[in-house]
Amino acid sequence: MWEYTDKVKDHFFNPRNVGEIENPDGVGEVGSLACGDALKLTFRLDKNGRIKEAKFKTFGCASAIATSSVLTEIIKGMTLEEAAKVTNRDIAEYLGGLPEQKMHCSVMGREALEAAIDNYRGGVTKKHELEGKVVCNCFGVTDKEIERVIIENDLRTVEEVTNYCKAGGGCGGCKGEIEKIIERVQGDKKNEPREPAKIHSRDLRNIEKIQLIQQTINEQIRPALRAHGGNIELIDVEGSKVIVAFRGMCAQCKLTEFTMKEVVEAKLREFVAEDLYVEEDRDSANQPHHHRE
Amino acid sequence: MKMRTIYFDNNATTMVAPEVLEEIRPYFCELYGNPSSMHTFGGQVGIKIREAREKVAELLGCEPGEVIFTGCGTESDNTAIAGTLSARPNRRKIITSRVEHPAVLSVCRQMEGQGYEVVEIGVDSKGRLDFDELEGQVDDETVIVTIMYANNETGVIFPVERIAELCSERDVVFHTDAVQAVGKIPINLSQSNIDLLSLSGHKLHAPKGIGVLFVRKGTRLTPFMLGGHQEGGRRAGTENVPGIIGLGKAAELAMQNFDEENNEVKYLRDKLESSMLQSCPDSRLNGDPDSRLPNTSNISFEYIEGEAILLLLDKYGICASSGSACTSGSLEPSHVLRAMGVPFTAAHGSIRFSLSRYNTEDEVDFTVEKMPGIINRLRELSPFVAK
Repeated sequence: MWEYTDKVKDHFFNPRNVGEIENPDGVGEVGSLACGDALKLTFRLDKNGRIKEAKFKTFGCASAIATSSVLTEIIKGMTLEEAAKVTNRDIAEYLGGLPEQKMHCSVMGREALEAAIDNYRGGVTKKHELEGKVVCNCFGVTDKEIERVIIENDLRTVEEVTNYCKAGGGCGGCKGEIEKIIERVQGDKKNEPREPAKIHSRDLRNIEKIQLIQQTINEQIRPALRAHGGNIELIDVEGSKVIVAFRGMCAQCKLTEFTMKEVVEAKLREFVAEDLYVEEDRDSANQPHHHRE
Repeated sequence: MKMRTIYFDNNATTMVAPEVLEEIRPYFCELYGNPSSMHTFGGQVGIKIREAREKVAELLGCEPGEVIFTGCGTESDNTAIAGTLSARPNRRKIITSRVEHPAVLSVCRQMEGQGYEVVEIGVDSKGRLDFDELEGQVDDETVIVTIMYANNETGVIFPVERIAELCSERDVVFHTDAVQAVGKIPINLSQSNIDLLSLSGHKLHAPKGIGVLFVRKGTRLTPFMLGGHQEGGRRAGTENVPGIIGLGKAAELAMQNFDEENNEVKYLRDKLESSMLQSCPDSRLNGDPDSRLPNTSNISFEYIEGEAILLLLDKYGICASSGSACTSGSLEPSHVLRAMGVPFTAAHGSIRFSLSRYNTEDEVDFTVEKMPGIINRLRELSPFVAK
């Protein structure tokens, strides 16, 4: 069974903006029945050129439906210039992430949006014109499209490319060609280890952030402090400020400042979000401490 | 209130029968001896294994000595094919079907890379095997024909007895993956030419982790697992004692329940199927209604996608499965439905309901009541459905 985030489930069970706008300013249609998913996106602009209304119709799995639904919410209120900058990553992140093998759903969302904007600008073309040379015949994916998902998502393997745009997922005959495109786009970078994903605390829901912080303290930080007779307790989280109290040996340790900055903050930044910083709880810091352990 | 589970996914796995659990309970903490041991404590377990083997043999209509216990259906399939190939190294052709379970198909395709010719026999739109094509392919180069007894996705039953006869006339080993058939329909190997047959315990209310390979007396087979002398040297490894004893009990229960499987379960399946086909427009049956397991129904709901249907069913506690691409993690829909030529419009929206004797009419009625709403809801989202 797929592990979908609550947000994906919410948008699947309660999809927003289902339907088709009559006489829309832009229409984008991508995918097909054969591919297993398809999306028709329509939008209307207000007098200031911002997207006033967007609606979708989608054939596909839960993540395809959720992606379409969330896309209509993301672009509402945007100018077309802003909307054109929405990437598949933005869509996936808005949903709190998608399973790797479902990332192609987010790419389909971006493609439909692009097609709809093209349609508005070009007027007549309804279908998204294929750009470039078709590499994957099974799913009709072009070299341009493959290059784009590689660049936007920093992909390194054929399997990843398949997860993001389906290319190579049918008969598999084009895998060699995809490999070549990866080499061309990524060059030597192809074999380098990937940098850990940078997450900003605003991308996390509050409850998620607190759970992750608590988990990191329990698993990564406390065992190290315990080894020196100390302990740490999470008091509160305000935005990116994490308030903790040190107990036991740590409380009197002259190196508290060092411990906090170097160990706790580094671990929280590594495992939770890059912008977190740590403060010691005043009340507990001012209380007299005793050896309790 | 805890939501009830309505389990219509019995071709995936089944509930362990309460009688089976009762039977195997003592073999964990009390009678945990090794049946190979010389002491009475272990030896008494050996007696229970012998009894279980006899019950399985009775269910299959074969000799107890022809029953080899394995770890699972997949191991049985792998052993049957690989063991036959290495026992008859001079022949280089393998014949199978396009709709086999991956436990057979992957092995055959692997052999293709090792110098074997592999022929995959096709099926028609109802999922029936092309027997004429098969007849034309079985020749003196053929080492093994491996064709399933009944298909896991559609329930279609293949003419394995006819195939076995053909193979025996031409001195070719015939293996059948009977994982979906055993326990659901009567099988009598004493009246048959089948050389090798695989079954899996957890499909007939025994626990997971126990399988059987039937090897007809006189069939040459190179062992797959080497080690101790268990299973007469044909499958080494300490016996899965609770699994074997559980399977023995499950075999006994299956024999008692054949009438129920073929009458009551079939009645429920038919009711579920006909009501759904009637109440949901643009739905179609996949498979051969004239030759099918009594518990399986595979229905396509056109223009919508299977995973979405499953998740909405799941909200009501209803468990089923789908041949859609999205549920498997692959991008292509079920190889079985594609081999049958089921169009993409229908293959992506296929749902398999597989029942057991533990299902009730109330569960069928509840599901039939909920289905049209689910289908309409997804069709409203679909760009392929005109208003």
